[in-house]
Amino acid sequence: MARRSGSIWTGCGTVFLKEFADHLGSGRMRVLEWLVLLTGIGAIFTAIQDLKTTTSQDPFLFLRLFTDAHDPLPSFMAVLGFLIPLVAIGLGFDAINGEFNRRTMSRILAQPVYRDALLLGKFLAGLATLGVALVTLWLLIIGLGLLTLGVPPTGEEVLRGIAFLVVSLAYGGLWLAVAILCSVIFRAAATSALVALGLWLLMSVLWPLLTRFLTQAIFPTTPLSLMVGPSYEQIVLQQTLARLSPNTLFGESLLGVLHPSTRALGPVFMDQLQGAVLGNPLPLGQSLLLVWPQVTSLVAGVIVLFVAAYVIFQRQEVRA
Amino acid sequence: MADTVIAARGLKKFYGRVAAVDGIDLAIERGEIFGLLGPNGAGKTTTILMLLGLTESDEGTIDVGGFNPMREPLEVKRRVGYLPDAVGFYDNLTARQNLTYTAKLSGLDRDAARERIDAALKRVQLDAVADRKVATFSRGMRQRLGLAEVMMKRADVAILDEPTSGLDPQATYELLDMIRGLKAERVAVLISSHLLDRVQAVCDRVALFSHGKVALQGTVAELSQKVLGGGYAVEVEATGPDLASVLARVAGVERVAAAGEHKFRIVAREDVRAALSQAIIAAGGALMRLDHVEPSLDTIYRHYFEDAHGTA
Repeated sequence: MARRSGSIWTGCGTVFLKEFADHLGSGRMRVLEWLVLLTGIGAIFTAIQDLKTTTSQDPFLFLRLFTDAHDPLPSFMAVLGFLIPLVAIGLGFDAINGEFNRRTMSRILAQPVYRDALLLGKFLAGLATLGVALVTLWLLIIGLGLLTLGVPPTGEEVLRGIAFLVVSLAYGGLWLAVAILCSVIFRAAATSALVALGLWLLMSVLWPLLTRFLTQAIFPTTPLSLMVGPSYEQIVLQQTLARLSPNTLFGESLLGVLHPSTRALGPVFMDQLQGAVLGNPLPLGQSLLLVWPQVTSLVAGVIVLFVAAYVIFQRQEVRA
Repeated sequence: MADTVIAARGLKKFYGRVAAVDGIDLAIERGEIFGLLGPNGAGKTTTILMLLGLTESDEGTIDVGGFNPMREPLEVKRRVGYLPDAVGFYDNLTARQNLTYTAKLSGLDRDAARERIDAALKRVQLDAVADRKVATFSRGMRQRLGLAEVMMKRADVAILDEPTSGLDPQATYELLDMIRGLKAERVAVLISSHLLDRVQAVCDRVALFSHGKVALQGTVAELSQKVLGGGYAVEVEATGPDLASVLARVAGVERVAAAGEHKFRIVAREDVRAALSQAIIAAGGALMRLDHVEPSLDTIYRHYFEDAHGTA
């Protein structure tokens, strides 16, 4: 195969700017933003009610805003884990098939740009939109915290907050890549949206249940296991299966980043805890090391899915 | 020839085992309007996509303005304007915004783009609605906006896929007029269409497509020469005794066919109109009408496929 001449980046910026502007102005995005905002604010307000009583004791007060749950509402962290995919799917499910359905694809590709630029521009625009939404949300929460708690965040809390943004963006990027992949595979926008949402439900609701069933099928309950609890292998298997879902990876990453006292994300033996001062926060570097594999997996997932979308898109016929 | 802008030789494209395009040769020159004609599914659009580098050809060579669409697609696309079949635009943007987007994609800077877009919109008479959302545009307006995009690019080659399909006669007439304007600027225009007679009006040369092959190629006159036997066709409306044999006896007449009551269709080697009228009067008949008939592409096309395949 002969090499193509010219840069694949030609036109990428133009596509990016156009798509970014479309996203920010679209009614769809506004609806999703309000959804996240309202749920998030609800979760935080209830967290604040609790926090006010413990203001003086906790060194990481601001992080508690993200992680504290108060019945019946889940924590803000959990809300995000559930809603970020929805926003990402909303941004990406008609990225490519929309161009075909509007019959603009062949017109755009007849301009001197490669298909690469179109796909990459659309992906980056979606990611940037997610980024803007997340940063806004984060700043809003900090503002709310300042107003209601009356304590400024410490430097480490801000750094952990930035780590939270990075992790959330990787997680959002993964679902954006899923949505764009669906938009490449399915020509009808409705099918694409349905498949992406189905995957989202599978991963966030059904997968945790499935992992338990699967583990129990492999390690059936015995009288012994009833007495001493599940074996080490069983726990590891269940956790490995659970980690196939990006939701688990996201939840664990946030746990490590936003809960400084988290020391391990897997099973821990008693002898490993010898000399540990339980409940004491880890330094930021150690927390980041703890969640490094999770974050890497998320980023790897983004890349794999994007490459899949890229390969399929390159092979597609342009004619509608 | 030095002025050839598109040259394709032995072009083939297979979908599975079916050949959508099966060995096509084309040469199109600057300042000519070339028609790719044929029924739907004859391989016209596939050929166009290969010329643009949007689909890879399986066999054959293509040269567009000195570039190979497979290896240097960006250079080719810079020189070619393309109006796809049933062109679509972003409905939430205005006509001007739509064109600005493609202008930026094709690498025009802001000032040049604005100037060219204004000029192009004026030429297709859309300047009054330039800032209206495309969602409100009719089919004809969209088609004209697509043509404006081609003009804006100032391309050497304009490829128009079914530009007139779905348009009313008035809109078709206007669009074809604008296409003639492109020819005046020495742009090579390639029109694909299944509407033969409409396109005949503007094309300098045509290629008739059939089952992935070019069945016939040349000017309309050349094709009629080839298919209809180069005859001079005359239609006569007259009354009189046994006119058919009277007409057949006129020197130069090759064939006489009845074409309805008192109507005859005559194919002759040359212009025999004067001799025909004299013969009718001499035989005591009354001549009511005598016409030279320009062969239409439609006739040529049907005639050719009846002869060649026994099917229309």
